[in-house]
Amino acid sequence: MNNIIVFPMVLPLITGVLLIFFTPYIKLQRGFTLFSLIINAIISFIMLQTIQMEGILTLHFGGWLPPFGISFVADSFATLLVLTTNIVSIFCVMYAFFTIGKEREKLYFYPFVLFLIAGVNGSFLTGDLFNLFVTFEVMLLASYALITLGGTKAQLRESIKYITINVVSSSLFLIAIAYLYGVLGTLNLAHLSERIQEVGQTPILTVISLVFLIVFSLKSGLLLYQWLPGSYSKPPTAIAALFGALLTKVGIYALFRTFTLLFYHEQQITHTIIGIMAALTLIGGSIGALAYTNIRQIVSYNVVITVGFILVGLAVMHTSAIEGAVFYMMHDMIVKALLFLLAGSMIYLTKSERMDEMSGLIRNYPALGWMFFIVVLSLTGIPPLSGFLGKVLLGQGAIAAGSYVLLGLSFASGFIVLYSLLRIFMSCFWGETIISEEEEIPLRKGVLFPMSLLVCCTFLLGLGSEAVAVYIVDAAETLMNPSIYIDAVLYNH
Amino acid sequence: METVIIILSGILVTIATYLLLSKNLIKVILGTAVLTHAVHLLIMAMGGFYGSSVPIIGENSEEYADALPQALILTSIVISFAVTAFFLVLAYQVYKRTKTTDLKQLRGFRHE
Amino acid sequence: MMKTNDVILQSVTKVVVFIILTLAIYLFFSGHDAPGGGFVAGLALASSFVLMLLAFDMETVQKGIPVNFRILGAVGAMFVLIDGVGAVVFGKPFLTQAFKEIEIPFFGPIEISTVTLFETGVSLAVVGVVVTIILSISEDV
Repeated sequence: MNNIIVFPMVLPLITGVLLIFFTPYIKLQRGFTLFSLIINAIISFIMLQTIQMEGILTLHFGGWLPPFGISFVADSFATLLVLTTNIVSIFCVMYAFFTIGKEREKLYFYPFVLFLIAGVNGSFLTGDLFNLFVTFEVMLLASYALITLGGTKAQLRESIKYITINVVSSSLFLIAIAYLYGVLGTLNLAHLSERIQEVGQTPILTVISLVFLIVFSLKSGLLLYQWLPGSYSKPPTAIAALFGALLTKVGIYALFRTFTLLFYHEQQITHTIIGIMAALTLIGGSIGALAYTNIRQIVSYNVVITVGFILVGLAVMHTSAIEGAVFYMMHDMIVKALLFLLAGSMIYLTKSERMDEMSGLIRNYPALGWMFFIVVLSLTGIPPLSGFLGKVLLGQGAIAAGSYVLLGLSFASGFIVLYSLLRIFMSCFWGETIISEEEEIPLRKGVLFPMSLLVCCTFLLGLGSEAVAVYIVDAAETLMNPSIYIDAVLYNH
Repeated sequence: METVIIILSGILVTIATYLLLSKNLIKVILGTAVLTHAVHLLIMAMGGFYGSSVPIIGENSEEYADALPQALILTSIVISFAVTAFFLVLAYQVYKRTKTTDLKQLRGFRHE
Repeated sequence: MMKTNDVILQSVTKVVVFIILTLAIYLFFSGHDAPGGGFVAGLALASSFVLMLLAFDMETVQKGIPVNFRILGAVGAMFVLIDGVGAVVFGKPFLTQAFKEIEIPFFGPIEISTVTLFETGVSLAVVGVVVTIILSISEDV
């Protein structure tokens, strides 16, 4: 029994509900939100340390032992993601303080952000398939509210597509859960894994696993990403950054969990399909990133490319590739949030979303320009920034497993990321200055501060990768050996 | 009995698909509602039917229903209720802003 | 606009609302060991409010029941969370429920449990959410 692991989900929920009582007091809301997120980050760091010493932490709600009750399970993989989620959301919320506007703040912006984070953390920590569905829905409901918040026409229009696609995929998720329950008679992840081990992955289980693959692909934007660029490019910057950094990662997490813990017996079927889907995602995302001149669209397509890249790690299913994928996920949460914030700031400053209407920004806003350049380097994987280690490990894994096609595609996509972002950099920051000093909208320190902290994060994650490596190795080991997870949950080892 | 329910749920999925593919936003919302109900029926069928017995293990009850699918369905009904309600409010707001519920006109991108 | 005559609806509502409220309370308490429970009770409660909103206009209802339903929903959610976290304070796993059978003179033994608190939270949250949704749709019709 480790009650601590429920707090990353419950603390934001409590704070969020509490904030509904204090809607008119905006300062108080900001303070509470920030405070709760910082406490949450500290809690998840403590959890991470405890896991290294005592192994996987489990909590059975209400004292109902598994497989009967709901369990929360915190292993290194989940906890690393929870920690990163909390850190990233601290900065996104700080950015929102200065940009989101009083009107939205009074329309329960902070409670919804906290519910979103509660849902994300809950999805990472839950050890039960149906509970995963519930936390997913908590997260999605909060995201529906956030995507429509403030209600501009474009936001409402895009939210229809976003909600419809998510409701349908949630129904598919339930169908998959129903089938799995019909076949195996349990929904606890560890128990499921054990039973699949016992009976073997029969064809019907493989079919069910493919239904899960479709569901989580819809959520994470693996191949089925067509809804993503539209809905991620319309909401206000702080919200878009939260979405871009967190929401797809939850889908990716679910894919990793199900296909390493449950359906890992028929890799030549399931993992090959994941590999093909990842490859197609890389290609499609690259085409999108090259085709548009709208900055937000390019940034959104970069999210798609990353999804493909991380899923290459799962398709290869080799220890060092998984390590690389885990590391790259952490890196990407930080850097994508930063990229969305930077793009949003550029749009705010120039009042245009098209890059051919911006030019010479570096003279007006040098700090912004250099930060953008660092992000480009980090995303491409230049050492000592954080993207480097993830790419190297993933590459090593792919070579060791002999999947050269995926290796080539994932590194080629790296060049396209570089090209698409350098294109933005060159056309927007270089060239003739078009904003005169009188017209210049001042870039406030409050806006720059969270972004510079995120830049520090990507540096720290890159330079301190030696320190993080301990946790990553543990995370990958648990993912590659399901018995560790099963023992921890069912037999309390 | 399970077979009948599964066929019924299949028919409902068909209807839901038809509704989801229509152009009217309200029909799409109804489609999502029907789809979730089809799924609830499927969950119930997957749990198996136990006549009229209740999911409570009493001292002298010989047969009891599987409680888990019922719990799952209840949770799922609550969630789908919230989502559908939200979706309807959204549809109303969209209609107020754009004066249309035709999805063709809500496509969003200009013809470039 | 011609004023519609809704005397019948209004008079019926005045009676029926109390029947619905009674049913809601019955459902709430029977939920402990029999079909019923907080969610259904909450829906029944909410339906009585919605009926009132249909029969009378919003101002009248707000005058009669001066409650902010958003706050009511939040109070309900708070009940649920406090019930869950309460177990943590006593060193039990999250959401552990406690119950005790006590002897009340005249009524005989009665079981008191923290689940009731949880269910109260659920019904309040349901009432809050449902009525808020109805209000936000009907605001400007």
